[in-house]
Amino acid sequence: MKTILLVGNPNVGKSVIFSRLTGIKVIASNYPGTTVGFTKGEMKLGDEKVLLIDVPGSYTLEPTCKAEEVACAMLKQGDLIINVVDATNLERHLYLTLQLLAQKKPMIVALNFWDETKHRGIKIDAQKLEEILQVPVVPTTAVSGEGLNTLLSRIKEARVPDKDPKASSELWQEVGAITAQVQTITHRHHTFWDRLNEATVHPIFGLFIGVGIMYLVFRLIRFISETLINFLLDPFFNHIYAPILLKLSSVLRPNSFFHNILIGQLFAGRIDFVQSMGVLTTGIYVEFGMVLPYLFSFYLLLSVLEDIGYLPRLAIQVDTLFHRIGLHGYSIIPMFLGMGCNVPGILATRILETRRERFIAATLISIGIPCAALQAMIIGLVGEKGGNYVAIVYLTLFLVWLCLGLILNLLVKGFSPDLVIEMPPYRLPRFNLLFKKLWIRIMGFLIEAAPIVLAGVFVVNLLYNFKIFDFVTELTAPVITKLFGLPKTAIVAILIGFLRKDVAVALLGPLNLSAKQLVVASTVLAIFFPCIATFTVLIKELGVKDTIKSTILMLATSLIVGSLLNLVL
Amino acid sequence: MKLLPLTKLEAHQTGIIKEIQGGRGRVARLNALGLIPGKKITKVSAMMMRGPVVVRLDNTEIALGFGMANSIIVEVK
Repeated sequence: MKTILLVGNPNVGKSVIFSRLTGIKVIASNYPGTTVGFTKGEMKLGDEKVLLIDVPGSYTLEPTCKAEEVACAMLKQGDLIINVVDATNLERHLYLTLQLLAQKKPMIVALNFWDETKHRGIKIDAQKLEEILQVPVVPTTAVSGEGLNTLLSRIKEARVPDKDPKASSELWQEVGAITAQVQTITHRHHTFWDRLNEATVHPIFGLFIGVGIMYLVFRLIRFISETLINFLLDPFFNHIYAPILLKLSSVLRPNSFFHNILIGQLFAGRIDFVQSMGVLTTGIYVEFGMVLPYLFSFYLLLSVLEDIGYLPRLAIQVDTLFHRIGLHGYSIIPMFLGMGCNVPGILATRILETRRERFIAATLISIGIPCAALQAMIIGLVGEKGGNYVAIVYLTLFLVWLCLGLILNLLVKGFSPDLVIEMPPYRLPRFNLLFKKLWIRIMGFLIEAAPIVLAGVFVVNLLYNFKIFDFVTELTAPVITKLFGLPKTAIVAILIGFLRKDVAVALLGPLNLSAKQLVVASTVLAIFFPCIATFTVLIKELGVKDTIKSTILMLATSLIVGSLLNLVL
Repeated sequence: MKLLPLTKLEAHQTGIIKEIQGGRGRVARLNALGLIPGKKITKVSAMMMRGPVVVRLDNTEIALGFGMANSIIVEVK
């Protein structure tokens, strides 16, 4: 099968084009570095089936970070290149175009963001550009799909141009000459977005706006998720789902083997969704009644911030702080993604340039950044004892994250380079793209997490039923009871944390812990071993040796923090 | 006419890039973003405490860490 590559600078809309052409849903955002691995998909080209690859964005063919390395390695495998160019920024993007032309592969150019050129006062003579480059040039607007049919129909005209590789300075001269011939720019007035941009990159206002936005986002996440829980999910679970389960309960008979596993314990003849611990009661409720609403509102707001293009502005505001922990400001993006799920967060560390930064960032994510599922459970369970206890957990995690960062910055050899980011222009989010992205993320969660949660509760019930935990509990009792001040039974929860953190917190529910014990247990759960999915990705991204180092840090930190919290509170 | 590192420019001041100091890797990286000698560059803002500098170059806005910005020498009036 013929392989076609989508190649271009970061944030030119390659993923949107890929999604449109193949029908495969992929995540696209308004900041450089959304795609860090490559996605393949089949598409029809006339009668022929071809393989389309969405290559991570690269500014140059001499790679400067891991995502660019992936891009350059991919280039060798392609039969044809679709070079996606940002028409509002022709000069900058033509540099890569000229480098690609010397690759001796048939090529076609998509001039994307064509709709934006008009209100930016930019005029490009596409015909003339085509003559100069000696390959087809097609104006496109990927978000609306305009021009993509023309792009497809002209792929067969893609040609190998007669160009030889040149040195960088010569290339830039050529770029300058071409742009002068094909582009005219007329003056335009400042728009609302320009002013917003000025304010958000201002050293003082920008900081206030940043703090304000973050506060607003966290309030909104709680507001949306709690509204969903109180007005939609809890009524459903209590009035519709519970009666059905009670019928099932009377059929199975309380205290029978299957009843214990599926329904769990009844409290005064009723189901308690947090404490019953059956696969169908607590198992289902934890995922759909507690975690899902929180995850939904988190990803909704993250997607809005991503698509507007705010995250890189936030990155420059936190840059100075991040330098203290051996990273630069752009690491805020992996950290943010990690708050949804640690796995994409750790994958996103590929946008960082050095191995040192990736090690520090990945370790900090797995120790100090609680994922949405874990946060939902912490807010749900610890929150019942009072908001200040939730605050203690978050503050502790932040301090751990900061202190560990400071220490790692001193201990890990090498240096961390400065930040260099192209700021995407502010854009109004497109609702269809936004909801598609939300859908991908939620479905990804349901498909991957829900079965593990249900299986987890099942296995735990099975092990309880056969009293297998008693042995492990005795073995680890000294640490749990003496250092952490937790009851022996909490060990099961902490061990299950390896499977998934949300199930683990759920297991704490029926233990009747005091507020202090809940705080200690959920903090230890967050820091201690990553869940199995995160662990797998850590090994893949960092290698076995660094993962072991990272894991030792996690165990040590959780021991210290758990004991300290127990002493202090 | 005088030569200044980007960090010493006032906000909204415009100049012409004269030189990019530093190793081959740094120069290549900045070049690829369009930062090349001879280009017109405008400083948009600078964050406090030796934070990043935001510049405008044609239609692109780029944020550069303090060290990076310091290595870009600009000619201003």
